[in-house]
Amino acid sequence: MALIELSGIERRFQLGDTTVNALAGVNLRIDSGEYVAVMGPSGSGKSTLLNLLGLLDRPDAGSYRLENRDVTTLTADEQARVRSTRIGFVFQSFHLVPRLTAAENIALPMTLAGIAPAERERRVALALQSFGLEHRADHKPDQLSGGQRQRVAIARATIMQPPLILADEPTGNLDRHTGEEVVNLLEALNAQGVTLVVVTHDPGMGERARRRLVMEDGRLKFDSANAAG
Amino acid sequence: MRPADILRFARDAATGYPLRTTLSVLAMAIGVAAVVLLTALGDGARRYVVGQFSSLGTNLVIVLPGRTGTGGFNPATAITSTPRDLTIADAQALLRAPAVRRVGPLAVGTSEISAGGRLREVMVAGANRDFFAIRNFELAQGEALPDDDWQRAAPVAVIGAKVQEELFGREPALGRLVRVGDRRLRVIGVLRPTGQGLGMNTDELVVVPVALAQAMFNANTLFRILVEARSREAIPAASTQVLELLKQRHRGEEDVTVITQDAVLATFDKLLGALTLAVAGIAAISLAVAGILVMNVMLVAVTQRTGEIGLLKALGAPARTIRLAFLAEAAMLSASGALVGYLLGEAGAFLLRRLFPVFPAYPPDWAVIAGLVTALSTGLLFGFLPARRAARLDPVQALMKH
Ligand SMILES: Nc1ncnc2c1ncn2[C@@H]1O[C@H](COP(=O)(O)OP(=O)(O)OP(=O)(O)O)[C@@H](O)[C@H]1O
Ligand SMILES: [Mg+2]
Repeated sequence: MALIELSGIERRFQLGDTTVNALAGVNLRIDSGEYVAVMGPSGSGKSTLLNLLGLLDRPDAGSYRLENRDVTTLTADEQARVRSTRIGFVFQSFHLVPRLTAAENIALPMTLAGIAPAERERRVALALQSFGLEHRADHKPDQLSGGQRQRVAIARATIMQPPLILADEPTGNLDRHTGEEVVNLLEALNAQGVTLVVVTHDPGMGERARRRLVMEDGRLKFDSANAAG
Repeated sequence: MRPADILRFARDAATGYPLRTTLSVLAMAIGVAAVVLLTALGDGARRYVVGQFSSLGTNLVIVLPGRTGTGGFNPATAITSTPRDLTIADAQALLRAPAVRRVGPLAVGTSEISAGGRLREVMVAGANRDFFAIRNFELAQGEALPDDDWQRAAPVAVIGAKVQEELFGREPALGRLVRVGDRRLRVIGVLRPTGQGLGMNTDELVVVPVALAQAMFNANTLFRILVEARSREAIPAASTQVLELLKQRHRGEEDVTVITQDAVLATFDKLLGALTLAVAGIAAISLAVAGILVMNVMLVAVTQRTGEIGLLKALGAPARTIRLAFLAEAAMLSASGALVGYLLGEAGAFLLRRLFPVFPAYPPDWAVIAGLVTALSTGLLFGFLPARRAARLDPVQALMKH
């Protein structure tokens, strides 16, 4: 079942007189439950693609269907609602709110969605446990290691139980060992049925994905799904 | 987002940057404190003056010899006659006016008073018994002047507290003889000490029967006639009746001036009220300045927290939630500033009242309410722009900053 369908996606940036084609004629279908790694040289459009998939950005042309619904025509608030319930983000630089504790950071999407405090507490307790953060609940981000921070971020991304998780270089700021742990966590989520799209520079990590995309100059240069089939 | 969560989020954001928050709270606090304290000063001055005037007596109508005020210069009277003086008979005649309750004639002069070898200069007031009631003179010992014929010059005197102390020290003064000018008078009463107020200082006064004062100063005129109207409502009637009676007695000439205490009071009240308002207005400018400061602080907050705003958007916060969070923060800054300022202002006013007990430095309610409302509304008004800016940030751009 198709979770994501992109067709004819264009995204251009105007830089002075020159136009940068960050995405040019991208057609892509990702099914529910897939594990996709997006690779390619710097500036090839990987982050732009991920932002678009995450409804943080709009294409200049083309259509994007998420769960069989055209989401490019939604209003900003409707898109926000889709992000809130259907998409989880994991960033290279964690993006934790520094003044909130680990538990509060994990609860933030639920707080924003207006979920009752009791329910929030219940789910956060579960998440802290499953991500091995029980003893870090009341720590602020600056009291956590990089690996712990990214685990908090992943817990936050999954707390609304979205069917899709987008991770832009989630191990980029981590050493090899902690990066490995984080990838294991993400893969475990995928094993539970969550669709996972990961942008990475690490070939080793790319190898682990069941499907690899390689981008170049805003185009999909290689798709392991097509190569195999 | 639930309202309670928005408030908590805004509170944590504000306390997360203590210096910035302290500064804007302080600016707002100074503005509100200025409003509270300055209006307390202004209104205190108004109350003080009004209070002093009221202590002169209630429902007072004062008659002065001579025509002053709005009548203008009348060449006919200027040539044909000199203004008539007020006499004791004039004062007595005023008792016939229906709106008049009491009449107190007043003749004044200075003289020497001596007793037991001690001597000093005093102000001598010639009056009657009712004069004491009209002016609210209170007696510490003895009694007021006898209630007999105003034309009778009984050789008695009521002396002020300071006069008593200087002449007799701790010895009893009642019944003692004093020499005032060339007369020997018996002390029948001592006034309660009052201290310096508006009008005459009664502590250094000697009150004698009006006829006696006129004889001592060799004059048959009065300095003033104090008239007490039957009620507050009767003041205008009393004033016209007094004027009419005196005009008849002075062969149809309006050669006296009648002033009512109310008119004087109203003028002062208005004048000092306007002053308070002006002072409040000036203080309110500092509130506007504080509002602008809050705006800048919030704009800095938006810049500082751009990454966080991008994150909130990525996590599904609609524009409204982000706007509300920043507005709530601005409102909190100004609200706590207003509260701190209010407390500071009240404390300052309290201190003023402690230092100057006679000065009723209470901030008027309207000023407090206006100050607080202005503080809150400028905070919200100036918080609106930063909040809107935050809500409009592009999430991708915002996420790239941190
Ligand atoms: N906001 C922007 N304004 C102008 N140009 C942009 C903007 N965002 C991206 N681009 C350009 O679009 C192209 C694709 O950028 P993108 O960030 O998607 O690359 P990337 O593949 O994620 O690179 P990296 O591996 O370095 O993260 C680049 O040439 C970049 O300069
Ligand atoms: Mg990138």
